Amino acid sequence: MEAAVFILSLVDCCALIFLSVYFIITLSDLECDYINARACCSKLNKWVIPEMVGQCLSTMLMLISMHWFIFLLNLPVAIWDIYRYVKVPMGNMGVFDPTEIHNRGQLKSHMKEAMIKLGYHLLCFFIYLYSMILALIND
Amino acid sequence: MSGFTNLNSSAGYSQNSTPNGGAAPPYQNGPVQTYPAMYPPAGYYGAPPQQQGYSTIPGHAAPAPNKAPVTNNAHSANYYHNNHQQQQNHLPQHRVAPSPYSAPLSSAPPSQPYAALPSAAPPPTNAHYNQQPFQPHPPYATPGSYYGQQSYHPSSARQHPSLVPVTASGPGAPLYPIVSYPSAPGSSQYGTLSSSQSTSAPVGMPTQMVGAPLHQYSAAPPPSTTAVQPGYGVGPPGQTAPTVVNGQGSAAQNAVHQHYTQSHQASLSYDSYSGVPPGSGGADTDQPPSGTPSTSVHSSPGHHQGGDTSSSTTGSASPVPNSYDSLEGGSYPDSMPPSNDMTNQAAPYGSYGYPSMQSAYQQGPASHTDASPSHDLYGQSGYQQYSQPFPNLSQLSAALGGLSGVPELEVEALRPVNLLQERNLLPPRPLEAPEPNVSSDLKKVNCSPQTFRCTLTSIPQTQALLNKARLPLGLLLHPFRDLQQLPVITSNTIVRCRSCRTYINPFVTFLDQRRWKCNLCYRVNDVPDEFMYNPVTRSYGEPHKRPEVQNATVEFIASSDYMLRPPQPAVYLFLLDVSHNAVEAGYLKYFCESLLENLTKLPGDVRTRVGFLTFDSTIHFYNLQEGLSQPQMLVVSDIDDVFIPSHDSLMVNLKESKELVKDLLTSLPEMFSQTRETHSALGPALQAAYKLMSPTGGRITVFQTQLPTLGVGALQAREDPNQRSSAKGVQHLGPATDFYKKLALDCSGQQIGVDLFLLSSQYADLASLACMSKYSAGSVFYYPSFHYIHNPAQLEKFQKDLERYLTRKIGFEAVMRIRCTKGLSIHTFHGNFFVRSTDLLSLANVNPDSAFAVQMSVEDSLADSSLACFQAALLYTSSRGKRRIRVHTLCLPVVNQLSDVYAGADVQAITCLLANMAIDRSVSSSLSDARDALVNAVVDLVSAYKSNVSNLQQSGLVVPASMRLFPLYILALLKQKALRTGTSTRLDERVFAMCEFKTQPLQQLMRLVHPDLYRLDNMSDQGALHLNDTVVPQPHLLHLSAERLSRDGAFLMDCSNVFYLWIGKCCNEMFIRDVLGCPNYASIPPNMVSDSKRCIYVSPSMSGNDRE
Repeated sequence: MEAAVFILSLVDCCALIFLSVYFIITLSDLECDYINARACCSKLNKWVIPEMVGQCLSTMLMLISMHWFIFLLNLPVAIWDIYRYVKVPMGNMGVFDPTEIHNRGQLKSHMKEAMIKLGYHLLCFFIYLYSMILALIND
Repeated sequence: MSGFTNLNSSAGYSQNSTPNGGAAPPYQNGPVQTYPAMYPPAGYYGAPPQQQGYSTIPGHAAPAPNKAPVTNNAHSANYYHNNHQQQQNHLPQHRVAPSPYSAPLSSAPPSQPYAALPSAAPPPTNAHYNQQPFQPHPPYATPGSYYGQQSYHPSSARQHPSLVPVTASGPGAPLYPIVSYPSAPGSSQYGTLSSSQSTSAPVGMPTQMVGAPLHQYSAAPPPSTTAVQPGYGVGPPGQTAPTVVNGQGSAAQNAVHQHYTQSHQASLSYDSYSGVPPGSGGADTDQPPSGTPSTSVHSSPGHHQGGDTSSSTTGSASPVPNSYDSLEGGSYPDSMPPSNDMTNQAAPYGSYGYPSMQSAYQQGPASHTDASPSHDLYGQSGYQQYSQPFPNLSQLSAALGGLSGVPELEVEALRPVNLLQERNLLPPRPLEAPEPNVSSDLKKVNCSPQTFRCTLTSIPQTQALLNKARLPLGLLLHPFRDLQQLPVITSNTIVRCRSCRTYINPFVTFLDQRRWKCNLCYRVNDVPDEFMYNPVTRSYGEPHKRPEVQNATVEFIASSDYMLRPPQPAVYLFLLDVSHNAVEAGYLKYFCESLLENLTKLPGDVRTRVGFLTFDSTIHFYNLQEGLSQPQMLVVSDIDDVFIPSHDSLMVNLKESKELVKDLLTSLPEMFSQTRETHSALGPALQAAYKLMSPTGGRITVFQTQLPTLGVGALQAREDPNQRSSAKGVQHLGPATDFYKKLALDCSGQQIGVDLFLLSSQYADLASLACMSKYSAGSVFYYPSFHYIHNPAQLEKFQKDLERYLTRKIGFEAVMRIRCTKGLSIHTFHGNFFVRSTDLLSLANVNPDSAFAVQMSVEDSLADSSLACFQAALLYTSSRGKRRIRVHTLCLPVVNQLSDVYAGADVQAITCLLANMAIDRSVSSSLSDARDALVNAVVDLVSAYKSNVSNLQQSGLVVPASMRLFPLYILALLKQKALRTGTSTRLDERVFAMCEFKTQPLQQLMRLVHPDLYRLDNMSDQGALHLNDTVVPQPHLLHLSAERLSRDGAFLMDCSNVFYLWIGKCCNEMFIRDVLGCPNYASIPPNMVSDSKRCIYVSPSMSGNDRE
């Protein structure tokens, strides 16, 4: 049971890592002017909800399996993802808005956010891996 | 091969472009000789000693002794920076003086004293020093002389070696190493020429000099001056062949004059300007002479006729005093050219018999100098200097003063102003943009402040310094503004930097004949062969004389490299609301009338296409295919899935189907007069329009009179009328749906611009609707409570706006890129466009009335450069299907002292940029946040200034003089419809005011924020402007305060889009009769609206409230 939870979260974490890398690549493409803002934002906006769902999923898993420490580690990020999604102004085209992404350093802050998330997911990945191995040994 | 057409659309002119190009050279080259000559005299005042002298003297010069050291240090530091750059620029010319063929190494010593010159730092102090014994008000005397007499003296100083001892014996004696002086006239080739001139008027000169200024202010020039004009009128040309130069100079004036008059005849739009301008003919004949002197001044190694050796770098700094800019200024009182230009022009005018012009120009400087209060003394000081007992000395000091204008102004700009004590802050004339503190020849070629303005005309070196100053750094651009004069260049290769793609501009450095250094990324590029030929002088090997490097604003005819597809034709689609509400408001009739009237004036060529679409709850297409007997209406009632009923007959060629279009326009108002349909399906109609236009791109003009209620993009009324005056915060400033934004982005991608005319009496959610224009680079017009009977004022405004809208210039499929010197970066954009990549603005349509703003930050230290440059390049397709690139380049000094940053602060630009930022803030955060931020901006400035710059232990609100109007402007801003709270403001009007702030050019915006108030009933001709035999009085600006109004006066308030005329109860009846045509005050109709160009509301009440 324990091992199954961690295998599942490991897979989830891998997906989130890939997503973070994808965000970083797309944003840096925009930064270097390889794609235009419209294409970039529509690409990224598609993945905002999957990312949120993935994050919430692992948070819930930890809550259900009562791993409090890992749950608390996951919670702030999940809350941030939801907050970000809910706070999008009505007229905007999603979290990433092509008309605003070049303004007020938004591109940079998105980039920074994606980087931090990548680091965070990598950390989580190793925690899950360790916990999974531990659980498998204990079984 | 390469042409330089004057104003016109290129292709047709490529043949006669060279002759036509003659129009430009005279006044471009004229100055070239004018200015270099000024260097030698100043150069021999020597830098090193001078620095000393300077630092000691400011104590006398600066009004506030405590402050003086600060500014003083700042200056010298600043000048060092300038010097590094300018050594490159001017050094060659300077080298002329000691020995024409000296090796570069040997030039080092002279260059140093020389280098101090452009900085113009020493002169002020010397000038003051000299003047002080004689003059009671030294600090402000110099600017006067700067404007007034600058040009005469350098030459006179050179021509009279006898002056040298005198100056040497003056207080500045140690400053003048005599070494370089005698060699200056003698050694160079034109030494002989200038000596010939000095023989022509050697003795008479000093006395003439005295006479000169007098003559300048007297109405008619004394005949005797004609002979002397060559000497001082174009003064500095003395360095080159004086007679030739003068002839040429006068030719230049000639050309200028002709252009000037012509600019009256020609319509505003330069496209309509056809045929070779008469001025260019005259100028053309003068071209050879103009070429001759210029080669001798700027002779490159290739041409060894000239005395100076390698002057290749000078090209980058060659002054162009009579650029289109100053010409424009001549014809438009509100855009005065730099006045030293005008004095240069004035003298020749006098001698060549343009009495009326002359007076105009002469008056020019006087009124111009009013821009800063310091100049009030200008007139007197000008005279006083000349009535001094020691003319030599005074001339010299005046010459120095002429060079010193900038620092002097800077000192003035830094004068601490205690806002609690000074009541009269407004200058008597509308505020001018501060001049960047760059050398005078760079200043000459710099971009017009009306086109390109920076909030800080001295760029701080680091972000830390910028943060310390607490002022925003940004640019305000009006790139597609209607210009009177625009050099258009047809060239096979458009010379650009290979790495950053910057267009070649006046601020690049020519390292030698074959290479130039980019001023934005510092890469060294090759000069292409074609660029070596100068079409203006028809000579080879003068890349620095090409129009591209002589003008900060140029337009290139682009080749096919700049096209993604063949240039599109002008395509106009009109999307008209014909619901009951629209019929009730009655706009349709006036729209059709106006369009019928202007059908032929629509910008375009034979390919121009038009289309019409009307909508209520259904969408009506009009088949206007050529050959039909009358227009066919096709109704599409399926608004959920809009389709285009016929593909090729809806957008028709205007020329071929003109009769059908006229038929439609005459019948349209009647067609819907009985409609009962109240719904409006704007969203589907827009989708249909998008589908119709996407193959070509073009302009969609939407007329909407109510909230869209059907189909996609339907909106709800969000405004709560009870909350209109609430101070708590305003909701719903942002769009309710992303439909309009998406549509706008789709349109922008297909090169379609959407312009919105909202004529609504109720809430129509402009916040959402405006998105369709905001991101497709369109414009928004709003007429609250529009009704054709009940609101004649709005109708009037609508008609005028529509006429301008239909006939104004338009550019299609445009992109604009703003580049700036390495180290600076743009982080936020304001205006109507879509930011496609970090510095590329996509503008589906570009029109001459919209402006843009950007905010910048200093990413890397700018310590290794003394100048920061900005270039805005607008690539567009003209309405005649030509691909063109309009390039504006602005050059500003980089400073490392906080006091210099403050001295160069442009209060108007800062206010406008802050307004833009506040509007962003109120949409993204809240209105009260934005208001707080504005107030904090003032508080921050005051405290930053107090703690960092002013070390006066003064209580009260102390701000630098350059920013003295800042608190006033911010307070005015807080009272604007866009940002006010507490006063009942409709949401739509508020949102519209916000849109206006984002798109209006600075001049309009400032009048909107802080209107100009004048008293009209007691105007005098004092200081009036004389233009073409008409006298334009220049009344003083009044503070916007009730104490300035009086019962017996009549006041005019200019709020940019509306004039208010306020008549006091006891106003002179004669005035009322003459101006308003009413016998007395009581008979003035209560709601009088004039049909002048702009609406005038007359409110004959003493309440002081303007009636709307």
